[in-house]
Amino acid sequence: MAGKLKIKNREGGFLIGVIGDEDTVTGFLLPGVGQVDSKRNKNYFVVSSKTPITEIENAFRAMTTRDDLAVILITQHIAEEIRHLIKDYDKLIPTILEIPSKDHPYDKEKDTVMQKVLRMRGTQ
Amino acid sequence: MAVFLVWPSEGEVVQSQKKTIMSGQGARINIFPTRMALTTMKSKLKGATRGHSLLKKKSDALTLRFRALLGKLADAKEEMGKEMKNASFSLATAKWAASPLDVSHTIIENVGPTAFEKLKINSDNVAGVELPVFEQLSDTGKQSEQLTGLGKGGEQIRKTRESYSKALKALISIASLQTSFVTLDQVIKITNRRVNAIECIVKPRLERTIAYIQSELDEIDREEFYRLKMIQSKKKIAADKREAELADLGIALPEKELVDTGISANIAAAFSEDAAEEQTEDSLIVF
Repeated sequence: MAGKLKIKNREGGFLIGVIGDEDTVTGFLLPGVGQVDSKRNKNYFVVSSKTPITEIENAFRAMTTRDDLAVILITQHIAEEIRHLIKDYDKLIPTILEIPSKDHPYDKEKDTVMQKVLRMRGTQ
Repeated sequence: MAVFLVWPSEGEVVQSQKKTIMSGQGARINIFPTRMALTTMKSKLKGATRGHSLLKKKSDALTLRFRALLGKLADAKEEMGKEMKNASFSLATAKWAASPLDVSHTIIENVGPTAFEKLKINSDNVAGVELPVFEQLSDTGKQSEQLTGLGKGGEQIRKTRESYSKALKALISIASLQTSFVTLDQVIKITNRRVNAIECIVKPRLERTIAYIQSELDEIDREEFYRLKMIQSKKKIAADKREAELADLGIALPEKELVDTGISANIAAAFSEDAAEEQTEDSLIVF
């Protein structure tokens, strides 16, 4: 897949997916990133403290296999839960972007991509 | 031209291959040693050298870009924290202002069938590599219609929406940087692998092939030289013998002798020409 990236634009643009706690999802839905299509497919997923990991995994898998998403925002503490999936994820689009949430500040040492960046800059 | 690699597949062949490697031959292209093959190999070597330098340049250009990107991405990720903090703080305020109402629930339940914030992917070209750049497509007209019924918290909600819009913008540019980073990382690896493959495998193999063809051609030349020498000496012996016989018989045939020496002189002339030619070609081979 590397190097052979085909940049194709979709009719009607790409969506931004959000996986996060209630507040984060609410925040991003306010400017209007959310979309629920006729089959009740959502491009956001609310994780509470009671959500089992398998459900997060399923939501993540479902989102990464959709072809109308370009970026998936995922709060870092949820990303930690499904770190194994994020580490193995090798597609370019949708891009997984780890974001801070209200209760959990961003830690760049945990971010899969940032780990690489830090290693290459030699500041780890 | 059919070119086969001398890479063994069977056990026996491995043995013989080992021998050739040990005798300093190494792997080379299996080709019949002719002058034409030599020319082909030389042009291939030239092509490989040019390809190598081009790929090296590409790799350098990409690395340059990559270094710049690393810094930008790291800084942007640091900045992201602040932006998000602002946004979540204003959301908290909005929730508090609209306190009896569950804002989150209302918002999450009221998501429409089309998103107002969408993305377009543009591409940026660096040394023939396409890097994706996300561009925000916002439908601002519809945004303001949304959630008008939230009452008291309306003003605060509007502010929250703005701060999240800002955060989203920052996140989208970070996403572009991150995607470019991942792409460049992979492309640089591939390019470097190719550069190394040409340098360490393709070029040595071509050089070995050229050396092999040259040594074979030299060998053929030496054989030819020896053959001509042999013919010359045989002819001389025969001529001497005949002369002696004729002398024994007491018959002198000057014309015949002239013809004989003429022939050997011809051969000698042809030979020296050949040698001269060989020399010029040798100097060509050595460049």
